[in-house]
Amino acid sequence: MQEINLKALQGEIKAIAATEGNQRTRLINVVRKVQAAYGQVSDPMIDLISEALSMPRIEVEGVVSFYHFLSKRKLGRMPVFLNSSAVAEMMGLKEVAAAFEKAAGIKFGEVTPDELLSLSWTSCIGMSDQEPAALIGGLPFVRLTPEKVFSIIEGLRSGKSPQELVEKLGVGDGNNAHPLVRSMVNNHLQLSGQVLFSSFTNGAALRKAVSLTPEQVIEEVKRSRLRGRGGAGFPTGMKWDFCRKAQGGEHYVFCNADEGEPGTFTDRVLLTEKPELVFEGMTVAGYAIDAEHGILYLRQEYQYLLAYLEDVLEKRRTAGLLGKNCAGKAGFNFDIRIQMGAGAYICGEESALINSTEGRRGDPRDRPPFPVQSGYLGNPTLVNNVETLAAAARVVENGAEWYIVFGSGQSTGTKLLSVSGDCRRPGVYELPMGLPVRMILAVVGAENPQAVQVGGPSGTFIAEKDFDRKICYDDLSTGGALIVFGADRDIMSIVYNFACFFESESCGWCVPCRVGTRLLKAKLEKINQGNGTLRDLAEMEQWGKIMKSTSRCGLGQTAANPELTTLANFRSIYQHRIKEDEYLTGFDLKTAVAEACEATGRYLQDE
Amino acid sequence: MVKAKIATTSLAGCFGCHMSILDIDERILKLAELVEFDKSPINDIKRFSGQCDVGLIEGGCCNHENVEVLRAFRKRCNILVSVGECALMGGLPALRNGIPMTECLKEAYLDGPSVVDGSIPNDPELPLILDKVYPCHEVVKIDYFLPGCPPSADLIWESLVGLLTGREADLPYELIKYD
Amino acid sequence: MSDKIKFLMEGKECTGKPGQSILQAADDNGVYIPRLCYHPDLKPGGSCRVCTVNVNGRNMAACTTPVADGMVILNETEELRDLRRALVEMLFIEGNHYCPFCEKSGNCELQALAYRLKIMAPRFPYMFPERKLDATHPAIFIDGNRCIQCGRCVRAAEEVDHKPILGFIGRGVAMRIKAGSSKGLAGVEIGPEDACVKVCPVGSIIVRETAYRTPIGKRTYDHQPIGSDIEARAPES
Repeated sequence: MQEINLKALQGEIKAIAATEGNQRTRLINVVRKVQAAYGQVSDPMIDLISEALSMPRIEVEGVVSFYHFLSKRKLGRMPVFLNSSAVAEMMGLKEVAAAFEKAAGIKFGEVTPDELLSLSWTSCIGMSDQEPAALIGGLPFVRLTPEKVFSIIEGLRSGKSPQELVEKLGVGDGNNAHPLVRSMVNNHLQLSGQVLFSSFTNGAALRKAVSLTPEQVIEEVKRSRLRGRGGAGFPTGMKWDFCRKAQGGEHYVFCNADEGEPGTFTDRVLLTEKPELVFEGMTVAGYAIDAEHGILYLRQEYQYLLAYLEDVLEKRRTAGLLGKNCAGKAGFNFDIRIQMGAGAYICGEESALINSTEGRRGDPRDRPPFPVQSGYLGNPTLVNNVETLAAAARVVENGAEWYIVFGSGQSTGTKLLSVSGDCRRPGVYELPMGLPVRMILAVVGAENPQAVQVGGPSGTFIAEKDFDRKICYDDLSTGGALIVFGADRDIMSIVYNFACFFESESCGWCVPCRVGTRLLKAKLEKINQGNGTLRDLAEMEQWGKIMKSTSRCGLGQTAANPELTTLANFRSIYQHRIKEDEYLTGFDLKTAVAEACEATGRYLQDE
Repeated sequence: MVKAKIATTSLAGCFGCHMSILDIDERILKLAELVEFDKSPINDIKRFSGQCDVGLIEGGCCNHENVEVLRAFRKRCNILVSVGECALMGGLPALRNGIPMTECLKEAYLDGPSVVDGSIPNDPELPLILDKVYPCHEVVKIDYFLPGCPPSADLIWESLVGLLTGREADLPYELIKYD
Repeated sequence: MSDKIKFLMEGKECTGKPGQSILQAADDNGVYIPRLCYHPDLKPGGSCRVCTVNVNGRNMAACTTPVADGMVILNETEELRDLRRALVEMLFIEGNHYCPFCEKSGNCELQALAYRLKIMAPRFPYMFPERKLDATHPAIFIDGNRCIQCGRCVRAAEEVDHKPILGFIGRGVAMRIKAGSSKGLAGVEIGPEDACVKVCPVGSIIVRETAYRTPIGKRTYDHQPIGSDIEARAPES
C-alpha cells in the first residue's frame, strides 16, 4: 500500500519538478509547490525532490528547514500563520491568539485532528497598519478581532475557501479590489507625493531612457544623488555604474521586494498601486547595466499580489515595454520574472536574496566579491529596493534637477514612510526627505508619544528629546518603518518582542549573531523576572557591542540595536526593574526543585 | 601573624579536586604555615567556626542541599573559588541536563535494564534534586575559577598562594587545562 | 610589475601576495591570527569570526578580507582579545562541551584556543541544549553536542571529497550539521579517510575505536599553544 503511494508520489513530484525545468536553481519554487500540494515537505518528499532535481539531499533538507513557510511536519490544509510583531501585540494580539486556539481547539504549533487547520507564529507580514493580522491559506486577514477569528474558523470548517471569507469580510481600497487581487488589505495611502504616487504614464521613463545612452542614464541617476531606499543609503547611480562595468557573464537586475523589517510596508503599497513604475525602474536599470533579465524577489507574505503582478508584466510585454526590442529600442531585450520567497527576514539582505533565488538557504555571502561583481549564478547583479527602482524611473523620466528639489542636502527626493502604532492615521506617507520626526508625528496624528522606533527593530528607538532629528541619511535613516509608541506602552515588552524577532530570524551562520541574539533575549528575561542588576545592563551593552563589531552581516550588526538604543535613550525602563544588589544570578531554588517536589510529594522547608 | 582561614567543600563532585589539593605534596607544610583549615572534608570540621577568607568549591549543584551549602559558603567566605569542571560547568553530572528529570529517574530506578522491582528513592533524608545541574556561578557569585578535571595541584597551589599573598599568580600555559 | 602587497601588521612591515586573505598573508609573515572555522585546504567560511582583526580602524574577518596595499592591521589589542574570548566562550556555552571525557581533548582547536586566550570560565550562562548523536554508521559518528557549526566538514565534503553528503539544517541557534540521508550517516558514503571527517576541529566527527590513543602530555596542544607553528615561521628581524 505504502509502496504504491510512494510510487504515485514520485510521479507527482517528478511532474512538479518538471514544471520548473528540473532545475536545481529553482528549488525554492519546487519545494513551495510541494508544500502547497501536500501541506508539508516530508522526508520521502525530500528524497524524491533531490532525485528529480539531481541535487544533494542535504541541500533540499537544508532549504526546507530554513524558511518559515516550509515544513517537514504536516501543516493543516488551511495553515494559519499569525504575525507576532510588536505592533500586533499592541493591537490585541494576545486576545486574537487565544481566540484562534479556542476556535481551532489546538495550541500554536499543533494541527487539528482532521488536518484542516494548523496554528503557527510568523514574523511581521507587512500589515503593521492593520494589525493583528494573519496569513490563512496564504491570504492576509487583517484587523483581526476574536469575533472575526471565530467566524473565519467557522467558515473554514464549513468548507468555505479563504477567498470566500475575504469577500464576506470585505475587500480593501484601491487595487486591493482589483479582480486579480481581491484582498481585504487596505492601502492606507495617506499622503501621495510628487515622485512615487503621482500620475505616471506607462513607458514614459523607459522611452526617455532608451533615447539616451546607458552611460547617460547612469549619469542622470548619479546626478540625482538617489540613494538606496532600503535604509543603508548606498548611492544608486554608483551601484549601477559598478554593475555596468563589471566583467563577465550576463548582467541581472534584482528588485528586492522582501521587506521584512517589522513595521515596514511601503513595498506592499507601491506594488499594489504602482507596479508599472517599479517594473519600469527595473527595465530602465536593465538598459543602464546592459542586462536581459530582471527578477522581482517577492516575499511569500505578498503572494496575494502575485497573479496581479504577473498580469501587469504580461500587459507590459504586450505593450512592447518588455521582451525583445523593449520600447522600440533595437537590440535591447529585457524581461522580468517573479521569484517567490518562502519566509525569511534575512533574505532582504541582498546576497541572501541571491542565494535564495539560486535555490539555496538564505545565508548571506561574504564580501568581497560584491553582488555587482559576482552575484546571481556568479554574474554581475544589481540588487535594488522596490522604492529605489520606482524613484530611479522618475529620475530618468524627469531629470535629476526635478528630483533633487524634493529633498535636502545629501538626501534628495521623497521617502516613503510606513507609519504604524499609536497614531490616528497609520499608513503610507510620501514625504520629502529631511523632515523632523516631530512634524511627521503631527501629520500622522500621534498625540504625546513617548517613543518612536525609526527603521524598525534594527533601527533606532528615540525619545521626545530627539523628535527634532530628521529623517534622512545623515541623521535618522530608515527603510520606511516608523512605529509610534504612546505614553502607556511598556517599552520593555516591545524590546523583548524585538529580541525574540532577531533570535528567530538569525540565519545561524555566524557565532555572534546566532548566540548573541539568544543571550540578549535571556538577559531581558532575567531583568523582567526581577533578577537584573546594574551589572546586567553593563553586560547587555558589552555583549551588544560584540555582536555589532563581529557579526557577518547587517542582521547581526544591528540585532542588538533595540537593547543598545533603549539603554541609551530609555534607561529608566531598565532602572525601574533592576535591583540594587551588586550581583544576582537569577537562580530560584523553588523553581529548580518544583519538579522534584511534585515527583516526591516533599517540599522545601521555608528558609 | 594571623593565618588566613580556608574552607572547602565538595558538592556534586567526585572529590577528585580535593585529591588534587592534597597532591601539592610537601608544599602542604608551607600551606599549613599560611592557612588554617576551617570547615572542610580534609579535617572533617562540619561547621564554620567563623568568617573565612577563602572558600574552595568542588562540584556543581544538583540538589537543594548543594545549593544551601553553597549559599552558606558564599555567606561565610570573603572569596569564593570554583575548583574544577563540575563547579565551573556542571561536569559529568550535568550530562543529565538535556534530559527531563522524571525521564532520568525512570531510566535509573524503574526502566533500566538491570533494575528489578525498582522504585524511585524518596527517603525524607534525601535532598530534593534540581531540574538540572547548575554551575556554581549560576547560583551564587563566584570570584575566581580554576578549570580542570581536576585542576592540577600546581594550578591550585599557584592560585592559592597568589590569593593569600596578594600577588598576581603566574600561570604558565601548561597549567590551564580543562581535562 | 608589483606582485607584492605591503601592509603593516602590529606596526611591522609585512608583505603579501595578490589573492591572499589577511589571514593567509599573516600566516606567511609568522603572525598567528586566532581562527576556528578556517582551514588551509578549504575556502573560508567566515562564520566563527574569531579571526576578527582591526583593519584601518574597522573590525573585519581576516579569513574573508583580501589583503591590500597599505592596510594597517592590528591583531593583538585588548579589545580584539576580549572579542575573541567572547566568541570562543559563546561556542562553549552554546553546545555541551565536556572536556574531561572528550576523545578530542588535547587535540581540540576550540579548547586550544580557549587555553591560548586564557579563558578560565565563560562569562555567559550555559545553554545545555538538546543535541543529537548520529551513531548510525559503523566507523564514524557525529556528536552534535560538541559541534560548533563551523561548517568545515560541509566545505571539505564538497570541495575536497567531492561528495556533498553533509550540510546545515535549521537556522539560528537551532542550526545543525546533518548527513544527507534520511538514514543518517549510515545512508551516506563516508569513510575515516575522508577530508570531511578529518577537518573537524572539535570532537564532533569522530572515527570509532581511535579514542585516547595519544597519552596526556603528548597531545597536540599539551605543551605549545595553538598557533605556535605559525609563529615559528616569523622571519628573524
